[in-house]
Amino acid sequence: MDVGDPVVKLENVRKQYGSFIAVHQADFAIGRGEFFAMLGPSGCGKTTTLKMIAGFEQPTAGQVFLEGEDVSHTPPHKRNVNTVFQQYALFPHMSVFDNVAFGPRSKKLPEAEVKSRVGEMLDVVRLGEFAQRRPAQLSGGQQQRVALARALVNYPSALLLDEPLAALDLKLREAMQIELKRIQREVGITFVFVTHDQGEALTMSDRIAVMSEGRVEQVGAPVDIYARPETLFVAGFIGSANLLPGTIVSSDGGGTRVLLLDGTEVIVAAGNSASSAALSQGNQVTVMLRPEQVVLGGEGAMKVFVTDTVFQGSSVRVVGRTSNDTEVSAIVPAGTSVKAPSAGETVSMHWHASAPYVLEGWPETAGSTSTNVDSIEAAL
Amino acid sequence: MVLVAIGVVALAADLITGALAVLLFGVMIASVVGIIWVAIMGGIETRRALAPYGLLKPGILWLSLFFLAPLWAMMEMSLSSKKSRFDFSPSFSWEWGNYSRALTDFGPQFGRSFLYAGIATILTLLIGYPLAYVIAFRGGKYRSLLLGLIAVPFFTSYLIRTLAWQNLLSDSGPVISVLETMKLENLMEWLHIMDNGRLINTPAAVIGGLTYNFLPFMILPIYVSLEKIDTRLIDASMDLYTSATGAFRRVVLPMSLPGIFAGSLLVFIPAAGDFVNAKFLGSPQTTMIGSSIQDQFLVQLNYPLAAAMSFVLMAIITASVLVYAKFMGTEDLT
Repeated sequence: MDVGDPVVKLENVRKQYGSFIAVHQADFAIGRGEFFAMLGPSGCGKTTTLKMIAGFEQPTAGQVFLEGEDVSHTPPHKRNVNTVFQQYALFPHMSVFDNVAFGPRSKKLPEAEVKSRVGEMLDVVRLGEFAQRRPAQLSGGQQQRVALARALVNYPSALLLDEPLAALDLKLREAMQIELKRIQREVGITFVFVTHDQGEALTMSDRIAVMSEGRVEQVGAPVDIYARPETLFVAGFIGSANLLPGTIVSSDGGGTRVLLLDGTEVIVAAGNSASSAALSQGNQVTVMLRPEQVVLGGEGAMKVFVTDTVFQGSSVRVVGRTSNDTEVSAIVPAGTSVKAPSAGETVSMHWHASAPYVLEGWPETAGSTSTNVDSIEAAL
Repeated sequence: MVLVAIGVVALAADLITGALAVLLFGVMIASVVGIIWVAIMGGIETRRALAPYGLLKPGILWLSLFFLAPLWAMMEMSLSSKKSRFDFSPSFSWEWGNYSRALTDFGPQFGRSFLYAGIATILTLLIGYPLAYVIAFRGGKYRSLLLGLIAVPFFTSYLIRTLAWQNLLSDSGPVISVLETMKLENLMEWLHIMDNGRLINTPAAVIGGLTYNFLPFMILPIYVSLEKIDTRLIDASMDLYTSATGAFRRVVLPMSLPGIFAGSLLVFIPAAGDFVNAKFLGSPQTTMIGSSIQDQFLVQLNYPLAAAMSFVLMAIITASVLVYAKFMGTEDLT
């Protein structure tokens, strides 16, 4: 991955605790002014990676560069990065003003400058009138913004955010997502953001690094990660997907024919495959179909027995089973002339020719990833 | 309730006697019974309103009987006079002379008490703070064990522990012989810890005894305040460009001030009034006010003077605590 002007760069970074490997090999760069997310289920090593950038952990092997300088073994107070901690970690014995002024005062800036900087930053996060309050007197969202101001007031090379929205409830979280984007645009500082919430990562970031079990699975823009996942994990973790295992019948310049386990043959357009997938005859592959790409009704290749329909406001999610008992789901827009089938019906399922996408290997559980309670729970 | 309490004090202090006392007693019983009756007959609202007073009742009665009443009696005694040296039931006569005698005759004892208690408080703080810090932040799974060890001395009586120190510090005791083999006597003399080759009966022994005996009272409150500090706050301050010492000075220390405040009070107040350490480890030159009061009460049998001395002690302690509280600004700490 090429980044023109990297602020943070990780080169073959590895972190090991005893025999447990927390991060296998992190190797990516984060560009100036980027909103970068590290996304993955808990225990995937994203927070450890963030701590190595902040300086709270030191890599076992490899190097961390900040503004081109090797900081792998520099203590946190000598690195020009700041962190917004998960539970904010505001100093309870200090006013909001003193909390925000903590960094500038550590740097021994003249008090007049401290004052103007803090005032300016409190205005950016819209907390000017709360300067004299104690953190305990503020709401969760306000505390969050104090934590942001406290970090940003130092104009760090990069701002690190560790699950910053996890402690907020849904409505506030959505509002804070927009607020964070606004603040980032306003100050123009690189944000590195750790989250387990794929929706959050997709809506907010310029680029995402998807991590699983200590490995960086893919780094890319949200659109690319969603449309062209490199691995089965990414395909299943980002958004919901129908993962249908099969074997390659033939492959040529016109496309790849895959025979699914239920006997349906799917034609995958040329180029619609993960770069790692070897498309030679007989290989085990998985065809990915996003639920919104599936069309129900009419004459189609695949018969689906509908087990459930879930009304979601703007759309209806239809869950069904194929002839070999694989669960699949489809999104049908609500309020249009197309009527969603109801439970108990058998409908046929088809899709646009450009929709199927092929990946190497077979998934652990075939079918719709959005209906598998265990895998979703594990991801949270 | 407050009225009942005043009644209890009045009765206990023999202020009201005879028929009036019987009447007052009757009124008090009636009012207590009355409140209970109202609570039983009244609805849930009444009961809820009365509940706090009901909960206060045992405490108020207990303190009235065993704290306020004796305090009143002492106050009365401190303003009484003896007709002769052998008059053992002094009578109340607004005798302010007791107070001026307490201050003029026992000035050095008062001075020493506050000096020794002050030094002991500082020493317990210097020893106790790092100990509490290590247990709170580095104790890990041994935390409870280490805290338990700090409380272990309480399994032996205060008096016995102090007597043990008397033996340890005596002229033929182990401490002296160790110091002699290590050739440290000159250093100890220079530091004014030893005096003419002796450890026992020196101010250092008294202060050492106070420090030893009150140390747990300093450690425990500081531990409680340190233990509540989220270590991520230390991470946060390191992230904001402070060194480890800076993080301690600007975050940990200010947040543990309530513990330091509580610990200092728990050490200073009893240490200032203590007479055990001065008696067993000190000499006539190191007498503290506690021993003088005890002496006046139990040996000289001069109750009015002893009572006046006690009141002076209480007044000075209260005043110094108020000044300290103002200085520490505890109401500002949350």
